[in-house]
Amino acid sequence: MAARSREAETELARELIHGTPGAFERFVEAFRTRLFQYSLMVCGQREDAEEVAQETLLKVFENFDQLREPERIRPWIFRIARNACLMKRRKSAFAPARELSLEELMPVRDDGSAERRFEIADWSALPEQKVLQSELRQVLEEAIGELPDIYKTVLLLRDVEELSTQETAEILDVSEDVVKTRLHRARLAVRRKLDEYLRTHGN
Amino acid sequence: MSDPMRHFRSCHEIFAELSAYLDGELPEEACREIEEHLHGCSPCEAFLVSLRKTVELCRRYAPGALPGPLREEARHALWRAYEQMLARRRNSGL
Repeated sequence: MAARSREAETELARELIHGTPGAFERFVEAFRTRLFQYSLMVCGQREDAEEVAQETLLKVFENFDQLREPERIRPWIFRIARNACLMKRRKSAFAPARELSLEELMPVRDDGSAERRFEIADWSALPEQKVLQSELRQVLEEAIGELPDIYKTVLLLRDVEELSTQETAEILDVSEDVVKTRLHRARLAVRRKLDEYLRTHGN
Repeated sequence: MSDPMRHFRSCHEIFAELSAYLDGELPEEACREIEEHLHGCSPCEAFLVSLRKTVELCRRYAPGALPGPLREEARHALWRAYEQMLARRRNSGL
């Protein structure tokens, strides 16, 4: 994924609104792939994701003069994308949201005794900074993809796009507490899938 | 005095707050309680490591799929919308 600091995005947004030469191309390049990838994870279909990315960029350019604070460019764009994804889902089969309970996401104790041991893989050898190896990346992608929609959207906005709790709450029209609850459960569900993989495949 | 059930409740309680703890969204007092618990509970400590690494992996995650090339007509539609927006701004004296 391209380097994407909030500061660089804010500067790009300022250049775009002032008509700086080259800003249009850089803006499309910076956001089109990310919008496509976010939409693909949410909508599940390449064709839908291509359309959402294009529709989102079109709305962004049409309404850019309404963005009062350039530093809010990222949440503003993802709110538009989120609404475009919702429209796509309304047109397709709508699956009711499945709730993830905290109980089902707790690690299993490895015996029935009071001994304090959970079944957890050895995560210590997992590389911290290296590029994800392809197999692990695939497991992660599947784990995120399998999340019920309400959890997946929060995880993508908070942990992948690194938006704040408040920004995510505004995009999704829910409270910050709801964002925190869903994020925790989403992370726990993804963690469990990765843990299963690490236990069976090692590092 | 050691009370396994009491300890289990504590594990259960902090389990619900570990993401907020990692994100620095808990009050100082709650953080201190969690840290005290973690110092005495290696399973919870190991679990927190696995959760923290999960978050790091998500932050480094980039989906493998790429969109197809931007078609000329799609690019043109975006450029036209951009030019119209700039013209509207100019006309409104901004």
